[in-house]
Amino acid sequence: MALAKRIIPCLDVDKGRVVKGVNFVDIRDAGNPVEVAKRYNEQGADEITFLDITASNEDRETTVHMVEEIASEVFIPLTVGGGIRTCEDIRRMLNAGADKVGINTAAVFNPDFVREAAERFGSQCIVVAIDCKRVSEEGEPGRWEIFTHGGRKPTGLDAVEWAVKMTEYGAGEILLTSMDRDGTKNGFDLEVTRAISDAVQVPVIASGGVGNLQHLADGVTQGHADAVLAASIFHFGEYTVPEAKAFMAAQGIEMRL
Amino acid sequence: MKTIAVIDYGMGNLHSVSKALEHVANDQQVIVTSDPEVIRNAEHVVLPGVGAIRDCMAEIRRLGVDKVVQENIASGKPFLGICVGYQALMQDSEENGGVDCLGQFDGHVRFFGESLVDEAGEKLKVPHMGWNKVKQTRSHPLWQGIEDDARFYFVHSYYVEAGQSDQVIGETVYGKTCHVALAHDNVVAVQFHPEKSHHAGLQLLKNFAEWDGKLDGKL
Repeated sequence: MALAKRIIPCLDVDKGRVVKGVNFVDIRDAGNPVEVAKRYNEQGADEITFLDITASNEDRETTVHMVEEIASEVFIPLTVGGGIRTCEDIRRMLNAGADKVGINTAAVFNPDFVREAAERFGSQCIVVAIDCKRVSEEGEPGRWEIFTHGGRKPTGLDAVEWAVKMTEYGAGEILLTSMDRDGTKNGFDLEVTRAISDAVQVPVIASGGVGNLQHLADGVTQGHADAVLAASIFHFGEYTVPEAKAFMAAQGIEMRL
Repeated sequence: MKTIAVIDYGMGNLHSVSKALEHVANDQQVIVTSDPEVIRNAEHVVLPGVGAIRDCMAEIRRLGVDKVVQENIASGKPFLGICVGYQALMQDSEENGGVDCLGQFDGHVRFFGESLVDEAGEKLKVPHMGWNKVKQTRSHPLWQGIEDDARFYFVHSYYVEAGQSDQVIGETVYGKTCHVALAHDNVVAVQFHPEKSHHAGLQLLKNFAEWDGKLDGKL
């Protein structure tokens, strides 16, 4: 099978700068988003995800301009997420040059928004972002719940059921983040990744917890993810995208080299 | 100044396509437009498109883009269809319960199906999303400087089955053999997104921008 698994560097952007939080709290500066995106494009990244983590109204204009600038120079797919609440938000980001938008909290509060967005813009550009935490006890069968507001608010929604529902509503892709793992460098939560990837028909992007290249490979081989997303291992120069691709290809994973 | 017209019918990833064309075009101006006069005066025409085919075809007909496409193709100028703009050039599509398309190519748009599997019997995801290899089944000016089996970026749930195999210039295997690039006289059309396919995609767009629409005995 020749379809390549994808490596997606993620830019968490706060007030116009790339930052990376550990469990969404401790923030480190990793540079200008346009420069960072260009660097990953040159390295051969398969896509880029831009997450606007402040998403206040004033910063929204900045984001639109940055997306325009990135899209003028980076000719690989670009997903923009953070604060996408209305079809007008989606229209603005697509017009600015985004290829897909990530819908997170808005989907939880109003699932019909996903349906409306998919009907209007096509499923191919609707990524539903799922932030979940493991709520089962050690030794129990795995159970994960959706959390909003940067992992602070539980919703009572089961993550696997939610993912299936979102694809029925028209999500073209699932971006799955384990809030337990995000920023820890302990690797993806492979169990929930596999549970969701096997349950849905659309591609799943694994996110949260990558600390080394084996974690990326495990996301595909054990988590059954179609794409793997990582931030800090690339931002701070620990690994380059070509190193990650070569490592994964050496484990028999189909990659675009 | 010579121009490349990107047809705007409200359904395209127009920014991406026009930015990528601007990046590779030397002395050509890229204009995103729905004005038939501007398109008529352009040397190159691109029909992009994303989303559902029913909505795309409805807008194409409502805005008279169907006639514009027909006229510009008949004029012999280089014409490029991308993604849904590619599918729109076929006879019909199975999407949305069946939609009649523009019929510029003898071909049908089929659904991948719910139970798509690879050669090893492993389940394949739909949409077909990501970087896949394109086998160049025929030579064409569009392929100049691009390696055979180069990877391009795809996002689609429906694929083209061409009616005339001699028009197929590129194939990709995803559960089944998909015809992902067709050519006939001055018209070329591709299922993948060259504007999102990094070096290979930009090279393809550059080849198109430099093409005069003639085949010099090829094909």
